[in-house]
Amino acid sequence: MTIDSVRGAPDTPELTEPELIQLLTPEGERVEHPDYPLDLGAEEVRALYRDLVIVRRIDLEAVALTRQGELGLWASLLGQEAAQIGSGRALSEHDMVFPTYREHGVAWCRDVEPLKLLGLFRGVNHGGWDPAEHGFHLYTIVIGSQTLHATGYAMGIQRDGVLGTPSAGATIAYFGDGATSQGDVNESFVFASVFNAPIVFFCQNNQWAISEPLEKQSRIPLYKRAQGFGFPGLRVDGNDVFACLAVTRKALENARTGQGPTLIEAYTYRMGAHTTTDDPTRYRLKAEEEAWKLKDPIERVKAYLVRNDLADAGFFEKIEDEAKRMAKELREGCRAMPDPQPLSMFDEVYAERHQLMTEEQEQFAAYLASFEEEAK
Amino acid sequence: MSTLTLGKALNEGLRKAMDNDPKVLVMGEDVGKLGGVFRITDGLQKDFGEERVIDTPLAESGIVGTAIGLALRGYRPVVEIQFDGFVFPAADQIITQLAKMRMRSLGALSLPVVVRIPCGGGIGAVEHHSESPEAYFTHTAGLRVVTCSNPVDAFSMIQQSIISPDPVIFFEPKRRYWDKAEVDLDSTDWTPLHQARVVRPGEHVTVLAYGPAVKTCLEAAAAAAEEGRSLEVIDLRSLNPLDIDTVTASVNRTGRCVVVHEAPVFSGFGAELAARITERCFYRLESPVLRVGGFSTPYPPSRLEDHYLPDLDRILDAVDRTFAW
Repeated sequence: MTIDSVRGAPDTPELTEPELIQLLTPEGERVEHPDYPLDLGAEEVRALYRDLVIVRRIDLEAVALTRQGELGLWASLLGQEAAQIGSGRALSEHDMVFPTYREHGVAWCRDVEPLKLLGLFRGVNHGGWDPAEHGFHLYTIVIGSQTLHATGYAMGIQRDGVLGTPSAGATIAYFGDGATSQGDVNESFVFASVFNAPIVFFCQNNQWAISEPLEKQSRIPLYKRAQGFGFPGLRVDGNDVFACLAVTRKALENARTGQGPTLIEAYTYRMGAHTTTDDPTRYRLKAEEEAWKLKDPIERVKAYLVRNDLADAGFFEKIEDEAKRMAKELREGCRAMPDPQPLSMFDEVYAERHQLMTEEQEQFAAYLASFEEEAK
Repeated sequence: MSTLTLGKALNEGLRKAMDNDPKVLVMGEDVGKLGGVFRITDGLQKDFGEERVIDTPLAESGIVGTAIGLALRGYRPVVEIQFDGFVFPAADQIITQLAKMRMRSLGALSLPVVVRIPCGGGIGAVEHHSESPEAYFTHTAGLRVVTCSNPVDAFSMIQQSIISPDPVIFFEPKRRYWDKAEVDLDSTDWTPLHQARVVRPGEHVTVLAYGPAVKTCLEAAAAAAEEGRSLEVIDLRSLNPLDIDTVTASVNRTGRCVVVHEAPVFSGFGAELAARITERCFYRLESPVLRVGGFSTPYPPSRLEDHYLPDLDRILDAVDRTFAW
């Protein structure tokens, strides 16, 4: 084996040929895994299919709204729907989610109105929902910061003494492959481990941190990092909504019953650009995208439903119509979203606004008013 | 009344806060069994248990980041950063998360987190153990920044900070930890947290200080008095929010002002004070506001710190210069 002195060790086969936990093949065939039995009724599978289609449509609409100048930016979840819906539907009401800025599918599972997700991308606010109401924290833009908040929150759950009871909750921290290089993510692994905190670390490895491929972040598969911190790690087919649901359910249940953290690496692919300002043609091959298209998370559920006679053409049509209708509502809602009042930027910086801020605000108000007087 | 050191007064204040509210937690490096490297949390783990007085892994960002999570769950964490120069690994969590969460949530979230930081020089320490990083934090909207200069304030201000619904950066003047005073542990008749205090009334020059520099300024005022100069010394106590009215009232009377802090003068908190005072007291000023502080260098090796730190003579020199204008 030769070592390239600049690039380090040669690519390890494990990095590129993962052992995946899979319950549904890309062709829509159900497979069993001894550790993750999953018994889903037809209604449940159809509900998952609906989730997947709707969040993809919402996402597509948000990309379009960005192209039309209605949003300043959008971080598309295209390709990652199964990872988000599978893990999102594993959550219970007492669990608390700490998302990145791409978790639109999880937000959907937590009943956050899609329009509310647009606020920060339109620039009318920095996050427009009440986290406690939804068990879904605000989007965090600094990479990895939220993993520590999730860990601290989990330490709070421990201190509340509810673990093992029906009102026990766990936290789930979402982050990407790039974030695993952040100090905060590694510190959250340390804290979660030594305090045995009830947390699931859900890493969507979508292969690309903007332009940097996984080998710029790690020489070993990401799920193997967990072992070094002292808790289990596993890699799931992130395009398989069944498998994502099953492994997250189990990890959450372990957390809620005091068995500590789990790292789940959902192996998936960012089919779109990092955000609407990004251009993936500069750094990756079309062939790679084409290969991942064959593993589409929605097509395989559709194939499963058709193959097992669990849904007919009418069902698929109905879901399409519903998704279209939601997209239309989103489009209209977005365009109608009012700009915030200039003076509102002074609100909620502190619980009570202090004297110098009040003075600043009053001066600014007077300045703004002077233009109105001029106009008269 | 009890005679307490500043360090012990903080300890008693923390103890009171933990007694009053079971949601108050203390966390940091070595705060448990050891009681902290300065013993500020001495005995708290023994009395309140490991669940409430948490010895954390050695990772400052992790400490503040998990404190944020605990606060989101309804706790009131009091975080100890072991030394001023070690706050920087946590600066990201403090500046991008702790300070901004309320506004990000349109007021839905409060983060009642106190970050205690022993600050300042004068103890002969190695690099990174003598710094005064307050301006980094006063520049960050969403944080409250306070500092105590004596045992009485230490006891009350730490409790007031813990009650605050907003995050508070709490600077403790480490070389004053061993200063003693009479503290009434049963009183809650405290000066409001964000109010400055005239600690020595005077007529000729207003001297503004906070934290460890307050004592130095009082010594300078005593020396000046022997030469017939009457200095009014104000302990700002709170840097953000700033009690500008107390400052303005004094400078409008004296017409002269010297600001003293240990941090470098360039872009230091004194610059903000000088600008504000100039704006508000322009026609009353007999001379420009002068600043005495650290030089535009990193904190020097401790054998040089007596030259670097503002002392009585450098303060009096600045006072003289306000008359020479």
